[in-house]
Amino acid sequence: MALPRITSPHAKGNNRTQQVMLQVLLATVPGILALTWLYGFGTLINLLWACLCAIGFEALILALRKRPLGFFLKDYSAVVTAVLLALALPPYSPWWLTLVAVGFAIVLGKQLYGGLGQNPFNPAMIGYVVVLVSFPVEMTTWPAPHMTGPLSALQHIFGFANLPDGWVQATALDTLKINKSLTVDELWTQNPAFGYIGGAGSEVVNLGFLLGGLYLLRKRLFTWHAPVGMLAALAIMSLIFWNGSGSDSHGSPLFHLLSGATMLGAFFIVTDPVSGATSNLGRLIFGAGVGILVYVIRAWGGYPDGIAFGVLLMNLAAPTIDYYTRPRTYGHRKPTRGFKLGE
Amino acid sequence: MSVSYREITINGLWKNNPGLVQLLGLCPLLGTSNSTVNALGLALASALVLICSNTAVSLVRGVVNTAVRLPAFVMIIAALTTCIELLMQAYTYELYQILGIFIPLITTNCVILGRADAFAAKNDPARAAYDGLMMGLGFGAVLVVIGALRELFGTGALFANMQLLFGPSAANWQVTVFSDYKGFLLAILPPGAFIVLGLLIALKNRIDESLAERAKAREPAVAAQSRRVRVTGVVE
Repeated sequence: MALPRITSPHAKGNNRTQQVMLQVLLATVPGILALTWLYGFGTLINLLWACLCAIGFEALILALRKRPLGFFLKDYSAVVTAVLLALALPPYSPWWLTLVAVGFAIVLGKQLYGGLGQNPFNPAMIGYVVVLVSFPVEMTTWPAPHMTGPLSALQHIFGFANLPDGWVQATALDTLKINKSLTVDELWTQNPAFGYIGGAGSEVVNLGFLLGGLYLLRKRLFTWHAPVGMLAALAIMSLIFWNGSGSDSHGSPLFHLLSGATMLGAFFIVTDPVSGATSNLGRLIFGAGVGILVYVIRAWGGYPDGIAFGVLLMNLAAPTIDYYTRPRTYGHRKPTRGFKLGE
Repeated sequence: MSVSYREITINGLWKNNPGLVQLLGLCPLLGTSNSTVNALGLALASALVLICSNTAVSLVRGVVNTAVRLPAFVMIIAALTTCIELLMQAYTYELYQILGIFIPLITTNCVILGRADAFAAKNDPARAAYDGLMMGLGFGAVLVVIGALRELFGTGALFANMQLLFGPSAANWQVTVFSDYKGFLLAILPPGAFIVLGLLIALKNRIDESLAERAKAREPAVAAQSRRVRVTGVVE
């Protein structure tokens, strides 16, 4: 009789990289559906194209670094980066924009630092910031909610046809930033497409990502600390500086929670286990830092949304946060934290 | 025994290149390499100061006390930088304005002080001047390559505004490489300088690596003749 000779541990978990990545991909589905429902097939084509680019770049660099291709491509981490990046880009951004963004994310943001698990910054946000800084016009042309078929979406993205006039519309965050004279209520009546709260249907998209995020939380892929920290900080900041609905208002807390990339950031970007803080308290501080920065950039900064910059700045601070929030080790009464004289 | 001219050449241009290996003078290297003409202007100015300062330092090397050598060298370099600054003000005024603070900052360029202390203070004037020329060329080459790459990726064209350096006849030297190019702003902004420099250093290391491998592949023929006889273990 041949007994299976397998060494311990015998417990089977679903915490392998591939499983985790697949769960994350699954959790983006509600958000993707909402985006597709609002903006048509552009989102889906963007996603596919971004995934193709990511796999291509990942394979290329792995081959250059003489690493096993199949092993690293099968963990889907490049695909997750590409999907998160493509979800942050405008739905009808031209093909070269996606190519450049994914290239910088995978090659400079991830592989040059040593591949999965070694990157100090969130790769998707690196790619996003590179194209945001370099191509401000393309990155701020969000279409008004619109339905297109797959064929015309293909044509727009690959440059056979230009976007029709009247398609492009400033987002609510943009409008609120530029606005000097109108009250918030007047702004909303002027732009019927802004919908109820978040502007241009983005509350639906945000709710979609919230749903996916809650699913991941239930599956225990991350703890609640980082997203709650970020959302709470954002809500508190916008409550403090709300200033009613006058023309100098920065928007209500609900508006900030449900517009832009808030939920995508809170549940899919801030929770990145590699580039974020590691202890629970650290994650709370990390998330809160992102939330505060996002609000500061939205209200007083030069860009309409600040998730990417907030996350990258806090990534820089993550090692320091970890240093000062070390948990108590077993057998010690007090945790050893920070710098001590004479050490 | 003094260093041979061949060795000085190889050191300055490749093996001990100030831009890629010593990583000295990074501030002007990253700050002024956003276009070819800026890079070339600063490269020429730095190289000129480097040659003159190396010669001058070498001439006074027997007179200056070791204890006060660094302030003395800095005085020499500062005087020469002022000369270059006045010359640029006289002949290339627009470029002088564009480069701004980076011209007086040539005084504090570590390449120049480094070569003065490490080489010129220990060698005769002819070698010191030649070392200045080679180090200046090595630094300038890196500067111009980064400048050209950043200009190419940033704007899609090369050699724009060369009239700032070479007079009105150079106004039409601009070569548009990619027409209908959107302009990749990141390449012109500071991060572009860091990324391009990093990639150039990586390229140089890769070339060195493959050169070393090739040299190693040629060697075994010699090694085979002097094989030692093994007295312990299994002889293969």
